[in-house]
Amino acid sequence: MSDTALTLGEKTFTNRLFTGTGKFAANSQIPQMLAASGSEMITVALRRIDLTSETENILNFIPNTVTLLPNTSGARTAEQAVRVARIAREAGCGNFIKIEVITDSKYLMPDNYETLKATEILAEEGFVVLPYVLPDLPLAKRLESAGAAAIMPLGAPIGTNRGLETKPLLAMLIENCSVPVIVDAGIGLPSQAAAAMEMGADAVLVNTAIATARDPEVMGQAFDLAVRAGRAAYLAESAETSLTARASSPLTGFLD
Amino acid sequence: MSFYEIVQQYQDFPFEDFFAGISAEEVHQVVAKDTLQPLDFLTLLSPEAANHLELIAEKANRLTVQYFGRTIQLFAPLYISNYCSNQCIYCGFNTSNSIKRRKLNLEEIDLEARAIAETGIQHLLMLTGEAKAVTPMEYLLEAVACLKKHFASVSIEIFPMDTDEYRQMQQAGVDGLTLFQETYNEELYKQVHLRGKKRDYRYRLDGPERGAKAGMRMVNIGALLGLGEKRSEFFFTGLHADYLDRRYIDTEISISLPRFNPADCEFQPDYPVDDRTFVQFLLALRLFQPRFGVTVSTRENARMRDNLIQLGATRFSAGVCTSVGGYSMEEDRDPPQFEITDDRSVVQVAEAISAHGYQTIYKDWDRGI
Repeated sequence: MSDTALTLGEKTFTNRLFTGTGKFAANSQIPQMLAASGSEMITVALRRIDLTSETENILNFIPNTVTLLPNTSGARTAEQAVRVARIAREAGCGNFIKIEVITDSKYLMPDNYETLKATEILAEEGFVVLPYVLPDLPLAKRLESAGAAAIMPLGAPIGTNRGLETKPLLAMLIENCSVPVIVDAGIGLPSQAAAAMEMGADAVLVNTAIATARDPEVMGQAFDLAVRAGRAAYLAESAETSLTARASSPLTGFLD
Repeated sequence: MSFYEIVQQYQDFPFEDFFAGISAEEVHQVVAKDTLQPLDFLTLLSPEAANHLELIAEKANRLTVQYFGRTIQLFAPLYISNYCSNQCIYCGFNTSNSIKRRKLNLEEIDLEARAIAETGIQHLLMLTGEAKAVTPMEYLLEAVACLKKHFASVSIEIFPMDTDEYRQMQQAGVDGLTLFQETYNEELYKQVHLRGKKRDYRYRLDGPERGAKAGMRMVNIGALLGLGEKRSEFFFTGLHADYLDRRYIDTEISISLPRFNPADCEFQPDYPVDDRTFVQFLLALRLFQPRFGVTVSTRENARMRDNLIQLGATRFSAGVCTSVGGYSMEEDRDPPQFEITDDRSVVQVAEAISAHGYQTIYKDWDRGI
């Protein structure tokens, strides 16, 4: 089935599964997982990067064919997030940035207000900004206007593996956003990733479910398959829907 | 309601009767719950629950991996002064002990910091005794400024301060605060803290909360296991952490389980905590609050620490020396605050973590950000 590639900034992605570097039992699992999943973009917390160490520098485990998505994890204000983003760019991590501003260490809920402020500043500075937010349509529209390259709403709180608990809100974003919607956080199973893609999400980002699986390599592969299946189902369904719409017209045909 | 009032509410709580009434079924029911209330936590601390450790351990392992991944974060403590005006009957720095007192000057702190940083450690815990006249605010601020040059993150374990003082420390670059209550039993507290500012139970009890108010990113608390009746002491530790967690959502709460090691300690605790009970406490805490970090120091031996990797520990100290000046000035070592029983190097600890299928995290936050 033909599908258009997903474009973010100046990059295009044919694989719609984005991954993360946290929680692995060893950094050496990361390249294996990337190869098995086919993931073309991986997020990494700048606070974890140790540029001074050869063995501990997580960047050494990411092939340069994979796009780096540095994130601002640990930031508690827009100001801190902006600082992290600038440090990441200066450190050679590219101009993609996932904004994560979290002031709540209990549920790890994103602070939408601070995230919007950071997005405004960083988009202005030429970053490809991917804000991690609660799925809130008016906010998403503001993020779009501010120059966000995509919206990354959560399916459930980070690391909970609870799936698409915010489904109706995600649907609103998917239907109404003009930039890509990438479901991030909370996806615990390949079937949940498939469900997000079936709904029309442009991509998903999965970290905990892959990194903490007994076999992250195989789980990465499973998520790749699920994302492909969900995407195919979404594309297939949209074709069917348009057929149904045409078929329904005879009901009012007598009015012509 | 303050935490002091919460502790008082449990003043007449019949712990013994409660424990006596716990059945195996109740333990199983609690383990099956998604969200635990305080009395569920207490159920897991009961003698009956000790008969179901494997069941509890399986869930604790799963929750820890879910929230923290297969990772253990490392830090090292640095004692910059052992002057102390307190008389705590269990402590090596006790003012009545005629040990050589020493305070590092900035040059010496720098030397120590270099020696620690060379081992790869990036998170540092700075410690002193309680002697405000010897280690005043200016000295502490200068020490922090010096340490910040060598480490990604600096925390403190010093005497309790008021909110403004904590704020000054925080603004100078301190990310975390460790403050142990030692015992939540107010009466016993007076009996083991004979002299000095530390006698003020309430001031110490409210210390972690003042730190959170002052904007500390991390607050780590604990009871000195062995001093008071162990199950209630750990119950209050969990409640205290829960209290802080609910009120200060932007502060990461973690718990330590420091216990007396009778073999290495002159003070003989009334309520020694054996390995089995130690593990039970750690597991119960994990089920009660899956997000809380758990710090395990080198008071625990290598075998114990290695086994705790999969049981809910999230942070280890490593390559530790608890003497003032002990990292860089080998020839002239002062007596330690407490004897360490895991004397492996940072590399050896990291190797052990890796051998258990876990990743060693050296850097988890960068104050430079």
